[in-house]
Parts: sequence; C-alpha cells; structure tokens
Amino acid sequence: MLGKVVVRAVLNGQECEFLADPRQTLLEVLREELHLTGTKEGCGNGNCGACTVIVNGRPVNSCLMLAVQAQDAVIETVEGLARGSKLHPLQQVFLEEAALQCGICTPGFLMAAKALLDVNPDPTEAEVRHYLAGNLCRCTGYDKIVRAVLKAAQVLREESEKAAEVSA
Amino acid sequence: MKPFEYVAARTIDEAVEALASSKGPAKPLAGGTDLVVQLNEGRITLDRVVDIGRIPELKRVDVDAQGQLRLGAAAPCVDVYSHLNVQRLFPMLVDSASIIGSVQVQSRASIGGNLCNASPSGDSIPTLICLGAQAVIQGPSGRRVVPVEEFCTGPGQTVLQPAELVVEIVVPAPGENEGGKYLRFIPRNEMDIAVVGVGSWIRWEPQSGRITDARIALGAVAPTPVRAPEAEAALIGKEVSWDVIDEASRLAVNAARPISDVRGSAEYRRHLVSVLVRRTLLAALERAGVDVKDLGGEAYAG
Repeated sequence: MLGKVVVRAVLNGQECEFLADPRQTLLEVLREELHLTGTKEGCGNGNCGACTVIVNGRPVNSCLMLAVQAQDAVIETVEGLARGSKLHPLQQVFLEEAALQCGICTPGFLMAAKALLDVNPDPTEAEVRHYLAGNLCRCTGYDKIVRAVLKAAQVLREESEKAAEVSA
Repeated sequence: MKPFEYVAARTIDEAVEALASSKGPAKPLAGGTDLVVQLNEGRITLDRVVDIGRIPELKRVDVDAQGQLRLGAAAPCVDVYSHLNVQRLFPMLVDSASIIGSVQVQSRASIGGNLCNASPSGDSIPTLICLGAQAVIQGPSGRRVVPVEEFCTGPGQTVLQPAELVVEIVVPAPGENEGGKYLRFIPRNEMDIAVVGVGSWIRWEPQSGRITDARIALGAVAPTPVRAPEAEAALIGKEVSWDVIDEASRLAVNAARPISDVRGSAEYRRHLVSVLVRRTLLAALERAGVDVKDLGGEAYAG
C-alpha cells in the first residue's frame, strides 16, 4: 500500500500523532504538518545543519530522516527550549553574545549545542568547534557562537549546582 | 519524488521477504543519510523502501570474550566509536566512524550503509579491508559471507543480489603486536569527502623487529577501494625502518588508478597516496607498539 503512515512520537514533551507520506522528511512534517517552523531548511542534503533537531537524545539532520522513521521517537525542536516566556540559557546567551545575525542557522546551532551540553556539560573550545562542524553560519562567523555555547555551558552548570544545593 | 511504499521490518526474515516480494526496485533503509538524499534528488527511484533500522540485532555492537567484533549493519557510527571495547581493540574503526559526515550524520549513518553505498571514497571501507572484515549477507536463498575486500564491484555497485541485504559485519579479534590507521586528505578540517583515503595495517615481531604481515587499502583512487599488493610485499619480512616505509609508500602509488575531478587531479591523488601511506604506516606501527621516534625525526614528521 502506498498510503500515509500513522506516526506516534513524543514531541517537545507532548505525545503526538501525525500522518506521514513515506516521502516526507521529518523536516517537512515538522514545518508543514505540525506548523513548527522554528526548524529551518538550508541545503536539504545534510551539509548545513540548519534543520538539526534532537531525536532520542542525539542531534540529527531532520532533512535526512524520513518522518516515518520517527515512529516511537522522542523529538526535541527549538520550540521546546524555552519555558513559557523564560528563554533557555543557550537562547539567552546567544542574544547577549550577539551569536546570531540573520538567524536562519540559529535553531540548528541551538539544538546541536543542546545535544552536546546534554552529554558533555563542560566541553573545551575544541570540543565545541568539532561538535558544531556540521552547522554552517554565513553571517556572524563562528567565534561568537562558540563563545556563547561555552558561556551557556557555564550558566547551565551553575544552575544545576544551585538546584543540587536546594535539594540537599 | 515518485511515491514509494514504506515497510518497517521487525525481523531480518521480514526484511528479506519485503525486498523479495516488491514488484519493482526496493532497497533497505538504515539511517537514511545517503538513501534519503538519493531519493530526494531523483538519483534513484524505488517502489518500496524497507526500514531495517527497527530490527534490534541489526543495531547491536558486540565485542565477544575473544575480541571478535560483530557489528549490526544498521548500527549508527556514534554507537561504534563510543563503544569502549571498539575504542580499545579497533581504534582504526574509530578513525573511520568518527569522520563520516557531521555528528548529526553520525547519529544515524551506519558502517553497513557506508559499505553498501559503495562509494570509492567511503571512509569505512579501506579500514574494513585492512581489518579483514567480512560482510554477512542474507537473502531469499539464505546466508552467505563475503570478505569486504570483494564486496564493492564499482562505484555504487556491490555483490548484493536482488532482495539481499547486509545484516552484519564481522571483524576478527586483533592479535598481539598489530596496529592499523586510517587517514583521509580533505582540504577542510571536517565535513568533506576524501580526496584520497588510506588505511594501513601491520603486524610485527618485537624480537626481530621485522614486519610479519601488512595490508594497505586505498580509497578514492579507483572505481572501488583497492589493496596495494606491491607495497605490502615490500614491507613483509623487512625490519622496520624509514627506508622500508618510504619504499612502500612509493610502490603503493602503482595500485592507484585515479581520475581527475573537482576534488583533485589524478597526479595530485597519486602524490597524496604516497604521503598518506607514509603517515598511516607510521601511525599503525606506533599503535602496534613500535617506538616510531627511533626511526628518525623526518619519519615522525610524516
């Protein structure tokens, strides 16, 4: 059968269900069916990283993944970063450090950086640069982005230390 | 893109059945980082796509008590290079798995997929050849095993028959005093396709200082990855020295049949073969326990 497939997943913490044509990429479904247009399409072939989302804890190019492959997956997009009106530390520091200009690459950088900090809360500059090699920015350049990620890592570490003190 | 049917196989048998019963062309889908681009850009047209990424045994990375690696064909690169026993016993495989695309690509792309895509520049293939890996293939008439060295038959072409798929890659346990290294040359630091890729593997005998076995595999210089037999023969039985390494690096060029394209001219590729054979041999010897600094400063600088 050539019909659409029912896909169930957890998207930004909420259970969700959508119908996907097997030809649709996860990127297309996120933007066009679920209207989550924060995730951007850049190259469409896995070179630029603008469409980066986190699937089961790992960064992926959503343009290289069929939506039907997201069955039972836990998906995080840039829309899931902020808590209400409170920006995620990565978002806040990207603003403070002027780590963006036109902004098209920013959601991809934010999600790739989050994936890194989720598994490595205290990366070196070299580790940040290596991890973000699959994300291209054509305006700001990379120094401000790398500095922002390192600073956000520090903010997140301080937050988790405070939380640990409170719970102790 | 022409509509295609999507089948999520739960077992290897279901995958083979789904491939065999398709009326038109069908292919297995592991991570999708090559196949989805090929479909999107209209480079291939399929009637059926069989998702093998949900079959548990195809996702496993197992090193057994003897040190043999059994690598599920759809296991993503990140699971390969993050595996502590793979890091310990097969550092050469880490060389390859950690440079295929970006971290985003490595989250999904598999070694099995890199092999089946059969690109002359596929970064895992020279390594698998050097390590003596075997591809376990399942199809309608059962299982067969093909050495990775014989797997690719041309650019994008393999020994796979219709409805066959690679289910596992088996890498023999490493022995004592062995080491291998894969390096590629790209004009950038990351995120590029090899202009030339070279894998070198050696075994030596510390008592005599002699090399007892050697394998050199070249990528992106022929329609498929190829061995460099003259260079290997020049190493085996010789005492480790800079002159022997240098001689092997010059002989390895004879195995290259490069083309000139956007990534580099044939002449440049031949030059790169000799440079990369020197560098990978030195690194392989170092991993095998040879103190390569003893070979002289010029040698260590590559």
